[in-house]
Amino acid sequence: MTAPAYRHAVPEEATTMTTSTTSPARRTAARAGRRVLLALGLPVLLVVLWWIASANSTNYYFPPLSTILDWFRQLWLGNKFGSDVVPSLIRLFAGFAISVVLGVAAGVALGLTDALRRGAEPVLEFVRAIPPTVLVPVIAIFAGIGDSSKILVIVSGCVWPILLNTAEGVRAADEVMVDTCRSFGIRGFARLRHMVLPAAGPQIAAGLRQALSIGLILMVIGEMFAATNGLGFSIVQFQRTFAIPQMWSGIILLGVIGFVLSVVFNLVEKRALGWYQGQRESQKRNG
Amino acid sequence: MEDTITTEPMVRVTRLKKVYESSGRRVEAIGDVTFSVARGEFACIVGPSGAGKTTLLKCLAGLLQPTSGTVELEGTPVTGPPPGMAVVFQEYGRSLFPWKTVQQNIDLPLRQKGLPRPERERLTAEALTAVGLADVSRAYPWQLSGGMQQRVAIARAVAYEPHVLLMDEPFAAVDAQTRAELEDLVRSLWKTLGITTLFVTHDIDEAVYLGERVLVLSASPTHILEDVPVGLPVDRDQVTTRSTAGFAELRARVHRGIQDAKAGRQSTAQSIVGTAQ
Ligand SMILES: Nc1ncnc2c1ncn2[C@@H]1O[C@H](COP(=O)(O)OP(=O)(O)OP(=O)(O)O)[C@@H](O)[C@H]1O
Ligand SMILES: [Mg+2]
Repeated sequence: MTAPAYRHAVPEEATTMTTSTTSPARRTAARAGRRVLLALGLPVLLVVLWWIASANSTNYYFPPLSTILDWFRQLWLGNKFGSDVVPSLIRLFAGFAISVVLGVAAGVALGLTDALRRGAEPVLEFVRAIPPTVLVPVIAIFAGIGDSSKILVIVSGCVWPILLNTAEGVRAADEVMVDTCRSFGIRGFARLRHMVLPAAGPQIAAGLRQALSIGLILMVIGEMFAATNGLGFSIVQFQRTFAIPQMWSGIILLGVIGFVLSVVFNLVEKRALGWYQGQRESQKRNG
Repeated sequence: MEDTITTEPMVRVTRLKKVYESSGRRVEAIGDVTFSVARGEFACIVGPSGAGKTTLLKCLAGLLQPTSGTVELEGTPVTGPPPGMAVVFQEYGRSLFPWKTVQQNIDLPLRQKGLPRPERERLTAEALTAVGLADVSRAYPWQLSGGMQQRVAIARAVAYEPHVLLMDEPFAAVDAQTRAELEDLVRSLWKTLGITTLFVTHDIDEAVYLGERVLVLSASPTHILEDVPVGLPVDRDQVTTRSTAGFAELRARVHRGIQDAKAGRQSTAQSIVGTAQ
């Protein structure tokens, strides 16, 4: 084996290279398998416990898990998928996407212009302090009960963490990097694209993560308040008609959606910000 | 050299003064500095820590507005970063873009210049070969050692094809062995490309070894103490050049200049203490 031309981002490869005879690919697979097992271990255990504990439950409010899962299959994998789950997800993605565009644009503007930021800061702090949930009835008054109203609810909560994190990340741009751009004539849109936004990337990602979980909550609450379909609407509907196992199945679905979104987010983040992870690891190794 | 009177110097600094003023505190970093650098010259600027070397270099690069005085590049006053200049910063780790590969880092300034793709690829490849990093063009800066990162920064500056190359203590943070290698690299780049080079350092030996001329700065408020021509042969070698009598003499001369400056500062400091008591 030839010596690596440059330091590897994964240090253990160098240390095990001489002793281990298994191929790196197989070891990577084994490691990935172990990670999956670890990640799934506790959830599986909890489900099994729930299953056993609730197996012969006669408590009206806590039906057996088997009943709940039965309903889950009938409802959410049945026709409610198209009529309720899909509209909810579309609202969530639309609201999230609009928030990203607005939040990043405004955040960059605030981060780059000191005067603007100082002027806007008190207002931002005030608006941010209002729990987005109290805006739900207000928004319903002037935006009606259609899709745009639900999306507006999501945006009203999602946009703030994205905006504030972006502004912070942009403002913290390294002085040497700023000078580097200036001396090489990297300015305007190119500066934004090649320096400002990537440098703020890790902080923006933190904002997006917060926004995603806020968005999911607001999606449900918006639909609970005034809607004709959607996940939140369905869950409230079940609760009001005392369809308890159906209600539980909806709650489980929400949990699953939240989990899947977070996994997808992590994958995207890992791809987009791989450099950040690598840089941090190399800094840790070199002190 | 008869035509030195008629030819424009590459860089001309006239009565440069820089005062930092922030929240009532006033720091006179550069007192009064005047010098010029000829086309194709390799000049080293040496001065003690805090002498205002970085401040001077930033004024030259158009990154900092001087309080008074002027900087001219090829006869044109510098008011902002001029296109014909490239800077290698001391903090290479913060100067390279960690989200770009080595090759992309070098390519970006060329793209900004509006060069066509084949031209950019040629310049990038040539610069990487010149600094001995042709095989890591796809690596990210953080996968490289400190010395290699500084090589990338040098390659980026060289590929930019500047008329003047400014370097601010570029090797202060690397180990002695790497430092010697990088010094020879800079020397050989200068010899083959003929770029006018201004090299800032606090290391007297480095200044004498690298430069064709050494400008010795005083402690701030900075002025130029001495302007020492280095008459060493163009081909230099870490071992033989550094052990010649000529080298020792130059080194001693620069040393004395700095020591005198320090002594001057200390005596004023003592007199201040004396009057306070
Ligand atoms: N932005 C600033 N605001 C106020 N004072 C500054 C600023 N930058 C530098 N100074 C002061 O100006 C003087 C010269 O600083 P400068 O960084 O130019 O010195 P230097 O010779 O590069 O030092 P070193 O060898 O440590 O790099 C110092 O006294 C420093 O404290
Ligand atoms: Mg400095």
